[in-house]
Amino acid sequence: MKSKLLHNETNIELGANDNSRRNFLKQSTLLTAIALAPGAAIKAAGLHIDEKIAEAFEKLPLRLDVNGVMHTLAVEPRATLLDILREQLDLTGTKKGCDHGQCGACTVHVDGHRINSCLTLGIMANGKKITTIEGLAKGEQLHPMQEAFLKHDGFQCGYCTPGQIMSAVACIREGHANSETEIREYMSGNICRCGAYPNIVNAIQEVKEGGQLV
Amino acid sequence: MKQFQYVRAANQQSVISTIGKPGTTIIAGGTNLIDLMKRGVIAPDKLIDITHLPLKNIQATKTGLHIGALVLNSTVAENSLVLQKQPLLSMALNAGASPQLRNMATMGGNMMQRTRCTYFYDVTMPCNKRAPGSGCGALGGYNRMHAIFGTSEQCIAANPSDMCVGLAALDAVAVIAGKKGERRIPLTDFHRLPGNHPEIDNHLAKDELITGIEIPDNNFAKHSYYLKVRDRQSYAFALVSVAAALEISNGTIHKARLAMGGVAHKPWRLFDAEKFLTGKPVSEDSFAQAAQIAMQGAKGYEYNSFKLKLAPATLSEALRHASGLV
Repeated sequence: MKSKLLHNETNIELGANDNSRRNFLKQSTLLTAIALAPGAAIKAAGLHIDEKIAEAFEKLPLRLDVNGVMHTLAVEPRATLLDILREQLDLTGTKKGCDHGQCGACTVHVDGHRINSCLTLGIMANGKKITTIEGLAKGEQLHPMQEAFLKHDGFQCGYCTPGQIMSAVACIREGHANSETEIREYMSGNICRCGAYPNIVNAIQEVKEGGQLV
Repeated sequence: MKQFQYVRAANQQSVISTIGKPGTTIIAGGTNLIDLMKRGVIAPDKLIDITHLPLKNIQATKTGLHIGALVLNSTVAENSLVLQKQPLLSMALNAGASPQLRNMATMGGNMMQRTRCTYFYDVTMPCNKRAPGSGCGALGGYNRMHAIFGTSEQCIAANPSDMCVGLAALDAVAVIAGKKGERRIPLTDFHRLPGNHPEIDNHLAKDELITGIEIPDNNFAKHSYYLKVRDRQSYAFALVSVAAALEISNGTIHKARLAMGGVAHKPWRLFDAEKFLTGKPVSEDSFAQAAQIAMQGAKGYEYNSFKLKLAPATLSEALRHASGLV
């Protein structure tokens, strides 16, 4: 068990010269576990249940700025950014559609670039700035793209909408919303099974032509 | 997804000394790897995250363009040097995947992506690539997306990359680092045909790392085109694609570089058709003959025989666009 616990932490920086950090971690496994803090670890340590400590140790520390709020989390390496946003941070605006990078429902911005959060390991987003659909509005004031989707009926069931809107904002910011053809091409990573495409294109064109800051 | 150990590589040497070990896999963009891991097609014990390595430069050298292995597909597609010197690469990249995926996928990762053969992806099906010796589900199955060139009794899977088709046409070279130092492989020789070992996609050794791609300078910029034919207009894998690069003056083709995608286990360079076009006039007739030559050795299967007509038609159309006939 202990070796298993150790390697996640000590080897996380493969080839790093920071031996002091490594040695420190080697020397203080239990303390480290508690410092990494998931509540479960502290609780498990108190109950002296090795299995539970092991479970907690398999998690890695993760710092994420999500919509301007810094979060310090403990995550399994296999947890996707999508699952972390939805399950650990309760930001359920970002949707899980296909979970295989084929539908775009999970689109979020990482350091300003749109990506599929279902194919992104959370741990690999460490230290990055994430923007989700919840981060677009300013208080009660909707983002211009959200307003435009409402005005143009850019959705029917609404399940793909958060991903569509995140992609639509990126599409304009990237400079790829100059014509209907270009918008359609650069929105092709977002599937809408209700077929609201014409209205989505209209919404994007209106925001683009309105010249508002997105 | 199976649990695994995650480590972050701080330098190239540490990666090279670690990757040869069984169960160890490199992760960069992860767009293909995470998908395969979710489906249980591959289940590494250890992932080495190389995204912090300094392989993210695009620079002009004395002889061409050097692109780091970790530069994102979207970054390369929009880079001014690439657009100016090698617009074909930009076109090929933009024909692939979606904007989101191109923002994640790296150059090296794109070269390493696995086939999209559905029998490879479905762990309940036989597949010699996934489980050597288990048989090929595609050979007598639904093989619409599959290869027509260079297939074997073991495997008829097609390489799904658009980028590699463009790079193969542009005589690009992969720069590879290993324990013995650096070596270079032409893109056309990087991937292999399935033969009796379809489980091996390419000639990269287990303890080697792709560090970059070099594209020699050329005079193709004015006359290059990437044409991709697929089931929908965007965001689908190629049924057939063609990368065409021509050097033309006074209506005569002086140099031609042609590669096809969606038709083989590797980007399929059309050397004979290139040779034929050299010195020929830009004309429908030249293109039709080149397309006929290009198809020599092609073999269709039950559901993909349409590619025997689609491929030469796509080649001719790409040549029309590249040469300015349309």
